[in-house]
Amino acid sequence: MDEQSVIEARDFTKKFGSFTAVDSISFTVAKGEIFGFLGANGAGKTTAMKMLTGLLTPTSGQARVAGFDVWHEADKIKRNIGYMSQKFSLYNDLTVVENMTLFGGIYGMSMPEIKDKAAQVIDKLAIKSFKDRLVASLPLGFKQKLAFSVAIFHRPQIVFLDEPTGGVDPVTRRQFWEMIYAAAENGITPFVTTHYMDEAEYCHRVSVMVEGKIMALDTPAALKARYDCKNMGEVFLKLARNPG
Amino acid sequence: MKELAVFIKKEFRHIFRDGRTLLILFGLPVAQVFLFGYAITNEVKDATITVWDQSHDVMSRKLVTKILATDYFKLAGVAENYADISNGFRSGRHMLALVIPPDFARKFQQHEAQVQLLLDASDPNMANLLANYASGIIANFTRQELRYAPSNQIVTEVRMTYNPELKGVFLFVPGVITVILMIVSTLLTSIALTREKELGTMEILLVSPLRPGIIVIGKVLPYLLLSFLNAILILGLGFTVFQMPMAGSMPLLVLELILFIIAALSIGIFISTKTASQQVAMMISLFALMLPTILLSGFIFPIDSMPWPLQWLSNIMPAKFFIIIVKGIMLQGVGLEVLWRETLVILAFILVFTVASIKNFTIRLA
Repeated sequence: MDEQSVIEARDFTKKFGSFTAVDSISFTVAKGEIFGFLGANGAGKTTAMKMLTGLLTPTSGQARVAGFDVWHEADKIKRNIGYMSQKFSLYNDLTVVENMTLFGGIYGMSMPEIKDKAAQVIDKLAIKSFKDRLVASLPLGFKQKLAFSVAIFHRPQIVFLDEPTGGVDPVTRRQFWEMIYAAAENGITPFVTTHYMDEAEYCHRVSVMVEGKIMALDTPAALKARYDCKNMGEVFLKLARNPG
Repeated sequence: MKELAVFIKKEFRHIFRDGRTLLILFGLPVAQVFLFGYAITNEVKDATITVWDQSHDVMSRKLVTKILATDYFKLAGVAENYADISNGFRSGRHMLALVIPPDFARKFQQHEAQVQLLLDASDPNMANLLANYASGIIANFTRQELRYAPSNQIVTEVRMTYNPELKGVFLFVPGVITVILMIVSTLLTSIALTREKELGTMEILLVSPLRPGIIVIGKVLPYLLLSFLNAILILGLGFTVFQMPMAGSMPLLVLELILFIIAALSIGIFISTKTASQQVAMMISLFALMLPTILLSGFIFPIDSMPWPLQWLSNIMPAKFFIIIVKGIMLQGVGLEVLWRETLVILAFILVFTVASIKNFTIRLA
């Protein structure tokens, strides 16, 4: 495995009975690169992500995540990744600080470490006045940014973001992507699935999945040039309509 | 281990911040104990009686005094004819009436006396009960006054062992403990687990380094503790307010309590592996479990008088066995030498549901 790559998948496959959800995909993600994982609903991107995060066991193929093998070292993978799901991933009936303490604790951080880190996050998000309020009472924009901060609280090598900006206003989305960039600069590799094609443009490299296969994988600029499109939306439609 | 501690702390926060959960946890048991202890009772106390004494002699007055001297009956008034009596039933003035025919004292000495009891059988169980109590007192009176037992009659000497005063609460306290533990352990845990699924936080937890087993233990341990406190609370009320006896071994009772709680928890976990929404989990817990627990466990309706399909069905209610155990320990003072079979059944429930849950859980993950 290349020193600089944090995810490396080869012929990665998942079958449910006779249905092949993920069909022998191969790709690598470099450290610090913002990797966009695109695909229509049912294209297999969620299944692929679940296998990479250890929620599902693959049917065949190889993959290394954060330097560990998905077949034999799932425990070590889990310690080194962060995850933010489509649904809100914090506890609404806990306060901001309690959420941080909980997730920091689950990932094995010590109390002083947690306190330190919590102070940093609260400072960065400018939510000092909210820190002892229940998360339920926070404005949606803050919640989403907080959820991301908690997902990378334990400084994982990779953070998996499953459609993180659903239902968020454009301003917050913009700020959210700034946070993703900052994380990438700090050496945390963001792996993002999204429906928003303008967001795909923010990624360093994107892969487009159609019917369980990766149809294209390159930088947004290269993809637009290859398929002769003005934006990623057109690229996506072209690929999804004419598979193969 | 530290991870588990953090997780359990979180779970307690969920519980103590949710008013409804707290109400079910601590309001319900107290309410149920008092409800069953005082309101829902089949004991006879101060039943209203009307007397139509046509004899008005020493003997008839003595008999009436004897009947009214007990706690069971209270005089509602006197009647002069049968119309008075039936009006009394309809207006609710009395629950039973005693008619003493003329010339009672003389006939009594000749062993020919008769009295008539009239009852309102629109509540057949109550009517039966009252008739038995009244007949008992009258039979007693006869023996005392004549100072010998009639030769043509077998005298039954009834002694109610383990609960001489026939206190209904002695049965209800074990029953309420069982029902409450079932509600708290099964209902609340199945809801708590499905809530994480519904909110999507379960996925976050499964991606984290926490092992699935630790997640389940972390979710369930607080409920184990709270259920246990609950059982102690109900027992405490039973001892102090209702003077429940404790004939057997307290450590054994505690052990059996913990076993039953674990059984109920394992059922709750099993339900949560089968459902994805809190609503469904609640429905299953309430209707598939609570109702049969109350109806088929012998808590309210005696199992022996059920038709055989229901008797057979009652065997898959862990509650039935637990009620037998609690009554055995508290009232009869027996130990494992008698209750080992019931204890084994509860252990079997734990085993079956734990294995089934683990199997379901891993299937879902694969």
